[in-house]
Amino acid sequence: MIIKVLGSGCANCVRLEANVKEALAASGIVDATVEKVTDYADIAAYGIMSTPGLVVDDRVLVSGRVPDAAEVAQLIASAR
Amino acid sequence: MTIVERLPETKSGIGAVSVVAVAAWVGAYSLNERMWDWLLYDRIGLDADTRVASALHFFLYDTTKIALLLTGIIFVVGVLRTFITIERTRALLGGKREGVGNVMAAGLGVATPFCSCSAVPAFIGFVGAGVPIGVTLSFLIASPLVNEIAVGLLWTAFGWNIALMYIAAGLTIAIVAGWVLGRMGVERWVEPFVLRPRTTPQNLLATANAAAGIGSRLTPQLRVRIGLQEVREILGKVWPYLLVGVALGGIIHGWVPSDFFAAHAGPDNPFGVLVAVAIGVPLYSNAAGALPLVEALADKGVPMGTLLAFMMSVVALSLPEMILLKRVLKLPLLGAYTAVVSVGIIAVGYLFNAILA
Repeated sequence: MIIKVLGSGCANCVRLEANVKEALAASGIVDATVEKVTDYADIAAYGIMSTPGLVVDDRVLVSGRVPDAAEVAQLIASAR
Repeated sequence: MTIVERLPETKSGIGAVSVVAVAAWVGAYSLNERMWDWLLYDRIGLDADTRVASALHFFLYDTTKIALLLTGIIFVVGVLRTFITIERTRALLGGKREGVGNVMAAGLGVATPFCSCSAVPAFIGFVGAGVPIGVTLSFLIASPLVNEIAVGLLWTAFGWNIALMYIAAGLTIAIVAGWVLGRMGVERWVEPFVLRPRTTPQNLLATANAAAGIGSRLTPQLRVRIGLQEVREILGKVWPYLLVGVALGGIIHGWVPSDFFAAHAGPDNPFGVLVAVAIGVPLYSNAAGALPLVEALADKGVPMGTLLAFMMSVVALSLPEMILLKRVLKLPLLGAYTAVVSVGIIAVGYLFNAILA
């Protein structure tokens, strides 16, 4: 599974990335890679217009807010 | 555990918590003044007639009042805005012509959840989906200018007619400024990568519609949670400006003689609005920091048009947003943007001074 955090490096994107890592650790998922997408043109290609964005296997799950670790875990579970 | 994590999971649980929270808010707001009276004058024994004691009282009372108002306004608007996404707004604006498009963009700019930190992806997203640049700029101008905090605070401080005038003026500036900039043929001043998106407008709209679906899947509990997160985030950002604003307001209130402002920024000074905007544009603050100043200055006889122009210039144009937008807009366009919006604000200031005099 490929998880992408979209955002240009603002505080919210850093928080979302931390929540994703926490969620992965809590759900015991080891076969996931977490990537950061910081280039504006790349972010725009996902069709989202507010950062941060959470993309799991090329599906946009969240944009414009920071879900906490528990919610991220739920979102990842439902996307599997 | 934070408050957000402690929220009950069920609908009735959320309802019960909401009732208690609303009661606590109303209680705190109505007891605010008496509570500080009691603490400072009765318990600590300060003399209410001394300048320092009344300034301290004003500082504590006003900070509490504005913090409570902010909490209420941000939460309600935050929850309401979970029903709208910027991606859906783009789908509405796609294919709209200039003119009608500018009017719609300004209106949607007010309603759509938007943080200036997303100004760049929003700009790319709109322009990439074929929304004209002038229409996109109307959205970007209206969003901070007519924000819920400025309007809510003006309403509680000066009544609904002033708040409505502010909204009407802000929307007019956003519509006209976006239209004027669009007419100037500003495409040449936009960074080329924005105009050559990697995906087609149709593709973008498809992903946008999918992303818009995210909003409709939220549970009531999640909406409340998002509202609370919004409160925490915005209060965490604005509190230093609020404290400085209330402190300056208190100093103006207690120490600066009334004839000082009457002489320098009163109705008879033709340059009052210009001076207010010249101070407001570079001043990096926000509505929460500006309102205590505006209230104190209104008390000292500074006319309303001048004050609304000051408020608008503080919230509409900010250096950090300009630095972000520099990634997609070249300097001449940033300059034109600042100039056109400033001229609009100045015009509104003089117009309101003339109407309200």
